[in-house]
Amino acid sequence: MSTKLSGPGSTRTPGRGPAGPGLPRTARTARHHAPITATGLAVKVVLLGLVAGIALWAAFPLVEAEKWVGLALLAATTAGLFYLYLTPRHIPAKYLVPGTLFLIAFQVFPVLYTASTAFTNFGDGHRGSKDEAIVAIQSSSVQQVPGSTEYALSVATAGDPATGALVFLVTDPATGVVSAGDADGLRRLDPADVTVGSGGKVTAADGYTVLNFGQASARSQEITDLVVPTTGGALRSSGLSRAYEGRAIRAYDAGCDCVTDSESGKRWTADEKTGSFVAADGERLAQGWQVNVGLENFSRVLTDPNISGPFFGTLLWNFAFAIGSTGFTFLLGMAIALALHSPRMRGTNLYRVLLILPYAMPSFAMLLVWRDMFNTDFGLVNNLFGLGVDWFGEAWSARAAVLLVQLWLGYPYMFLVATGALQAIPKELTEATSVDGASPWQSFRAVTLPLLLVALSPLLIASFAYNFNNINAIWLTTEGGPFPADNPRNGATDLLITYTYRLAFGAQGAEFGTAAAVSIFIFAIVATVSAISFRNTRKQEEVYS
Amino acid sequence: MTTYAHPPAVDRAAAGRRRSRWLAQVGWRHVVGVLAVAFSLFPILFVLSAALNPLGTLSSTSLVPTGGVSGENFADLFADTAFGHWFVNSLLIAGLASLVSIFLSSLAAYAFSRMRFAGRRVGLLTLLLIQMFPQFLAIVAIFLIFTTVTDLWPAIGFNTPWGLFLLYMGGALGVNTWLMKGFFDTLPRELDESATMDGASHAQVFFRIMLPLVAPILAVTALLSFIGTINEFMIANVFLTDTESKTLAVGMFGLVAGERNNNFGMFAAGTLLTAVPTVLVFQLLQRYIVSGLTAGAVKG
Repeated sequence: MSTKLSGPGSTRTPGRGPAGPGLPRTARTARHHAPITATGLAVKVVLLGLVAGIALWAAFPLVEAEKWVGLALLAATTAGLFYLYLTPRHIPAKYLVPGTLFLIAFQVFPVLYTASTAFTNFGDGHRGSKDEAIVAIQSSSVQQVPGSTEYALSVATAGDPATGALVFLVTDPATGVVSAGDADGLRRLDPADVTVGSGGKVTAADGYTVLNFGQASARSQEITDLVVPTTGGALRSSGLSRAYEGRAIRAYDAGCDCVTDSESGKRWTADEKTGSFVAADGERLAQGWQVNVGLENFSRVLTDPNISGPFFGTLLWNFAFAIGSTGFTFLLGMAIALALHSPRMRGTNLYRVLLILPYAMPSFAMLLVWRDMFNTDFGLVNNLFGLGVDWFGEAWSARAAVLLVQLWLGYPYMFLVATGALQAIPKELTEATSVDGASPWQSFRAVTLPLLLVALSPLLIASFAYNFNNINAIWLTTEGGPFPADNPRNGATDLLITYTYRLAFGAQGAEFGTAAAVSIFIFAIVATVSAISFRNTRKQEEVYS
Repeated sequence: MTTYAHPPAVDRAAAGRRRSRWLAQVGWRHVVGVLAVAFSLFPILFVLSAALNPLGTLSSTSLVPTGGVSGENFADLFADTAFGHWFVNSLLIAGLASLVSIFLSSLAAYAFSRMRFAGRRVGLLTLLLIQMFPQFLAIVAIFLIFTTVTDLWPAIGFNTPWGLFLLYMGGALGVNTWLMKGFFDTLPRELDESATMDGASHAQVFFRIMLPLVAPILAVTALLSFIGTINEFMIANVFLTDTESKTLAVGMFGLVAGERNNNFGMFAAGTLLTAVPTVLVFQLLQRYIVSGLTAGAVKG
């Protein structure tokens, strides 16, 4: 194993360095004429057969759903793969394509999708198209009218009872027909698949889990909100076991592109710029639709005092957190590595085994354990030292606590890499300085530290970039808190990414568009910082060789 | 900071002086070592004590088990929760994801290190840049994409290990590729060039010559991505909602999310069990880890 340290201490053989692009290599031409071996051929046939099989399996649902664009993409990708691995040309592509396919499908495409979301008002109230918004407005205005049909209702789900999408199983009192209904409408169920109890309530249905009373009442808000559109109006629940069919009070009129309330006569006109229906007095309907808002999300992040204030404060702490996490772990790890790095030390292996245990522990669990160790009333930290500090209740103690946890989790890694780098530094160098009469500190400053930094700076940059967005470290300990009394959206230990997470999925209502815009800001910041640091390390070594 | 060799201790030195010299040169190193070990171990001792403490609450836990020692928490963990399922799911997803991802990135690293082609430099930079965009920030987009996928192919949709596996594969190229490319670069080119001259195909060079030589870095990156995947919480939390499809991170978070004080003993027991596979692999690969990490670090 070669652990040669590049940098001032070593030189590279010029001939061994990588060739520039476009330089003809004889080796490459030789590779084309290499014989095809039997094993190679067999592996190729098996793998390509697998690709064909997967493509065929994936194609059927696409045909069924009539997704022709998807089918074309699938066919093109499969054909491309076959071409690539049957032709002797394009050798680099043979090695790069497998990983790149995953990268494009599950990383690049979602990122582009996110970027395009940043230019829209996508979020709660602006989720779908205008037509969907109109259906939602009409069906949510459904009110019970005298004499409307009452159905026996069972609430069910096709997934997990606590989280799965809800379905209404309703029995028509006149005909006894059982139907399943969700936001898409009603479907008749085969009488053979359902068991109807006395009183007309469905007690069991194939493919569905009927919620018991406890499960249903835990989700009563969702049940109240669920509206099943029908031909004559819509179905809504009244309590947990009855449903009624009612008539929509608000109706959309395509002629004036507006929604009118038949009871009050009020009118909301569509505003294509904001994607919502607005009344003359400025009142907006809750359900809107998704439109392109241009750069509004970006300018809001910079100018809206409700967002920009927290944004810059958070940005500052985010840098402090990333630099602190990386810097402290590096300093402590390096100090211990230096202390244990001596030919006269015995038992270094034992120390090493014990020291790196935190790194091998599951970090998600240890973050939660640390959260509980900082508990004010019965946490270990307060008990052990006889303190009564409300660690996560004060901004600065919470920040200190988070950094301490990061230090504990991160320093074993830095210790490991510093140990490795120290072993790779030639002994002659430090010996030479001592012969020249340098003190240990001088030789550390002049020789060891610069060499360590050259070796470890790419890792330090990577660690910085990772910690900059270390969502686990914050979310599993403080959840971004403590929060100031006047602002429940942005806490003292919030990183930009936890702040974004709250924007996107928070209790205040999802704002995917704004969250996506903040994501792009985060990306720009991390990329800039990393690019600058890489440029600096590049001066010292050939990172891009 | 005496990392260099000293002239041998002179014989006339008295025993007392020798002892103070030992203290100055070696003794303080042991003090630092012991302090560091204490810092490393005390939270782990706390977890161990909580796991063995039959009272099983946070308030009854201290560094030494207060209510005696028993395996009750471990038994409860398997009886009351789907811990067995979570454990298998996590090992399956993390094991498979790390194996396949290091294979994919070693392919790419080989191409980036040994071949010259148009777009190579751009490719390397793009890889670095894409990694800067945390996959988690795209979670909304991922959620919407997988809603469609679940409709079309439920076998790789939500609540399946395969869907999560595909998602983790999306980040397979990246840091690992860079780490491995650095290692490939340190192998002398003469090795594969002479094999090529002898008539070996590029696939033979890769599988027969390069892969065995880079075994240490493969071990390290596999371990790193295994640890990373086992600890991944936020995406899995969005992805897996069925009790039995959860991974350890998601399931165990649920244990302490509600009644965190009362379930603490079970949670601690689960933490120890989760650590077992990682610690075992860690001790096995220790020797590779130090050298492998450093070699990767040298070239970025």
